[in-house]
Amino acid sequence: MTTKLKLGDVARLTNAELLAGEEALDFEITQACAADLLSDVLALVQDEGVLLVTGSLAPQVLRVAEVLGLGGLLFVRGKRPTEAMCAYARQASVPLLVTELSMFETCGALYCEGLGGARRKRFPKDYPDDAS
Amino acid sequence: MPPKEKLLHRRVFILLPGNLEQAGSVSGDVRRELVALGVEQDIVRRAGVVCFEGEMNIAMYSEGGRIILLVADDRVELLFSDRGPGIPDIELARTPGYSTAPDWARELGFGAGMGIPNMEHQSDRLEIRSRLEGGTVIRAVFRRGRG
Ligand SMILES: Nc1ncnc2c1ncn2[C@@H]1O[C@H](COP(=O)(O)OP(=O)(O)OP(=O)(O)O)[C@@H](O)[C@H]1O
Ligand SMILES: [Mg+2]
Repeated sequence: MTTKLKLGDVARLTNAELLAGEEALDFEITQACAADLLSDVLALVQDEGVLLVTGSLAPQVLRVAEVLGLGGLLFVRGKRPTEAMCAYARQASVPLLVTELSMFETCGALYCEGLGGARRKRFPKDYPDDAS
Repeated sequence: MPPKEKLLHRRVFILLPGNLEQAGSVSGDVRRELVALGVEQDIVRRAGVVCFEGEMNIAMYSEGGRIILLVADDRVELLFSDRGPGIPDIELARTPGYSTAPDWARELGFGAGMGIPNMEHQSDRLEIRSRLEGGTVIRAVFRRGRG
């Protein structure tokens, strides 16, 4: 059984500080994905509204969030984006959160509340033999 | 092939070399333009991802280039072209996990060798042409109106 949490629940469960996206606290988080490798995030996330749990502060993390329509970015271990990144996130409507918890603890806390993992759907080209 | 329907929208984005901070920004613009044109949500997402991967490759491997966005009633196309070293072995570049990404790109979280495979997955058709010491041209097609 997986539950959908609101962004505000995610913030509460991980004791996170909200840096951008006050207006999104009531939005539903559909699934979560934890990664530092942006290549993986791009290959994995298929739905809108996914939460990315990450330790990456690369500027491209925001572009990835925009392009995938992520439901929010949660930075772990107190990794704090720059004010410029926060400003960019606000105008692009990408909610930003920062927690002191580690990646492992963050995922554990959210998983225990029933948040499901993002999973890549099958593409027609995955199994050319049984494409119907 | 059936006659192509007339273009609704054409837009050219120039990618200057060595502009790392900006790398990835065209995909956001493409996404917004497709939304404004009322393109299906599924295509908006897939085209955004393909654009991002193509844009990052141009930033990582070439000396600059451009991306052309075409929108018609029956399809969306992204055309990537760059001046640069070209791809010596296209089959190899299409293999998941193959990467020659520089260290700075790996530090940013890229270089898994998943970009081109992901572009192939997300588009309905992907054509790659490349000339050594010349550059690379990639065409991605998304078919519209399939429900
Ligand atoms: N425009 C290009 N010009 C020259 N070589 C390219 C170009 N695009 C891709 N390549 C070559 O093809 C390889 C595979 O590209 P691909 O996008 O699949 O993976 P990557 O860029 O290495 O890693 P990722 O995309 O997962 O971050 C690259 O490492 C590079 O050697
Ligand atoms: Mg790539």
